[in-house]
Amino acid sequence: MNEIVIWAEQRDHRLLQVALEVLQKARDLSSFYKGRVSAILIGENCAHLAEELVEYGASRVFVVENPKLRLYQSEAYARIIARILEEVAPEIVLIGGTTIGMDLAPAVAARLRTGLTAHCVDLFVEKIGDRDQLVQVVPGWGGNMMIRIVCPEHRPQMVTIRPGVMEKGERKPGEKGEIVFLKPELREEDFQARAIEFVREQQGEKTLDDAEIIVSGGFGLYSAGGFGLVEELAAVLGGEFAGTRPAFDESWIPESRMIGQSGKTVRPKLFISIGASGAVHYTTGFQKSRVIVAIDKNPNAPIFSIADLGIVGDVKKIVPALIEELKRDRSL
Amino acid sequence: MPLKIAVCIKQVPDPEHFDRIAMDPQTGTIIRSGIPAVTNLPDRHALEEALRIREKYGGSVTVLTMGPPQARKCLEEALATGADRGMLLCDPSFAGADTLATARVLAAGIQTLKGCDIVLCGNESADGATGQLPAQLAFFLGMPHVTYARNIKWMDERKIIVERDTETGYLKVDLRLPAVIAVLRKINDYRLPTVMGIVEAAGKEILEHGCAVCEGAGLSWDEIGGKGSPTKVAGVFEPAHKRKVEMIDGEPQDIAKKLIRKLHEFDVL
Repeated sequence: MNEIVIWAEQRDHRLLQVALEVLQKARDLSSFYKGRVSAILIGENCAHLAEELVEYGASRVFVVENPKLRLYQSEAYARIIARILEEVAPEIVLIGGTTIGMDLAPAVAARLRTGLTAHCVDLFVEKIGDRDQLVQVVPGWGGNMMIRIVCPEHRPQMVTIRPGVMEKGERKPGEKGEIVFLKPELREEDFQARAIEFVREQQGEKTLDDAEIIVSGGFGLYSAGGFGLVEELAAVLGGEFAGTRPAFDESWIPESRMIGQSGKTVRPKLFISIGASGAVHYTTGFQKSRVIVAIDKNPNAPIFSIADLGIVGDVKKIVPALIEELKRDRSL
Repeated sequence: MPLKIAVCIKQVPDPEHFDRIAMDPQTGTIIRSGIPAVTNLPDRHALEEALRIREKYGGSVTVLTMGPPQARKCLEEALATGADRGMLLCDPSFAGADTLATARVLAAGIQTLKGCDIVLCGNESADGATGQLPAQLAFFLGMPHVTYARNIKWMDERKIIVERDTETGYLKVDLRLPAVIAVLRKINDYRLPTVMGIVEAAGKEILEHGCAVCEGAGLSWDEIGGKGSPTKVAGVFEPAHKRKVEMIDGEPQDIAKKLIRKLHEFDVL
């Protein structure tokens, strides 16, 4: 008890950033419980990553290595993790909300008959009645509300957290921890859905995760004849372009560039939002950016309540002027 | 051999009007008055995929939904689009369900179809947007699952290869039926109901199941609805706005100059 467990997702023998982000969150929460933080690592030849997890603050790492588990195998992974969690009986389980984590977490929660909350943006422990509860904060769909969810009677309390929402901690080289190798038996029925090959795509394409500057457009670009202005401004700034769900629905951006609750969460140093009114399911995806600039025609748009700098006006006049001035500024 | 196909669909408030959705701060319930209800978009793509499978291999398509009586409307629409049969899982005891409790009831409904070969869902709903249901449904049905499906290749009528998206590419998954597949919107372009379809739909059946369907599946009262839901809404609050906005006005060129100066001051350019 009092333990917090994370699933540390690795791909191609490398830990995903989100694994370190949820690990740090687990450490923050564990100071309340005074319990330890364990990580579960599954893959082929991935034991060296256990040391990395220890150096990032895991006090124990369960390692399951098997060539059959090189790729994500939904049934086998879920059964192995559920089994470990039954043994450990932790208070809390944190899982990175990647396209794999979002498949795995509900399968594990169903096996344990416990609650799972998706896309948490904040987590804290609070005494409710006579029991410590993990309060799980998620953006309320579409509304201007945040929702607190608890899992009062079932344990573990499970949540997923999207990449980029939490911050990873510091690595302390030489830190020591316990590494436990497990050899669970794999059965044929664990592979009714068998991942047989991973095909890499979008090679060379920059992702939003590392972008320092992001220019994001919404449906307000419709009157400006589409998304060209957003892409041009991003290019002049040396940043990346992105957009809202309506921009994705208009096929202006690929899904990998959609910002918000059902898309990417980013925290660049500069985020410029153009032609988007600022519904919470969008703004939650970038509200931790260092500086936010909002440009929209509606002076009452909620986007201005979360921005540092606001401009009310016609996107088709302001953005070209900005591109022009930036080119001048850059050439100096 | 004809395939027995089930499609799970959900009626959601129209995402176009999400900005009008509010929450009652007292009860934590959602106020959605005046907002039109529509079929969740990814679920339309799931239905489309089902219709294409039926066209190729023959069989039947049953659409299921758990919801209030008015959710019948999205079943009628699915029948007019080409589904053969509808099933409405509707009972006051189903209300307040989280994904786990919903998955149990949908699984109970699907089990009454006896021997489903394939269950299709949208990858996530527009309202809850958790995407948790398909994997949990599969668990309660004792079937394997694939989510984030963007392409289904049929090798023969028992063996399929599903391409499932990841952040950097896709996984090819060799899937044995029966199975649950959750599809992304990009998997296909869906068809709309036709006038003929609407006429034909009038002759199609919508089965209605209340809580008896749970008893049939061996579920107890404390496994369904709000009582069977491990997660609870503990409260609703306004997001804190820590930033104070500084507005920049003037002619476009002035605005541009002032903005660039500010961004230099903030040291972000």
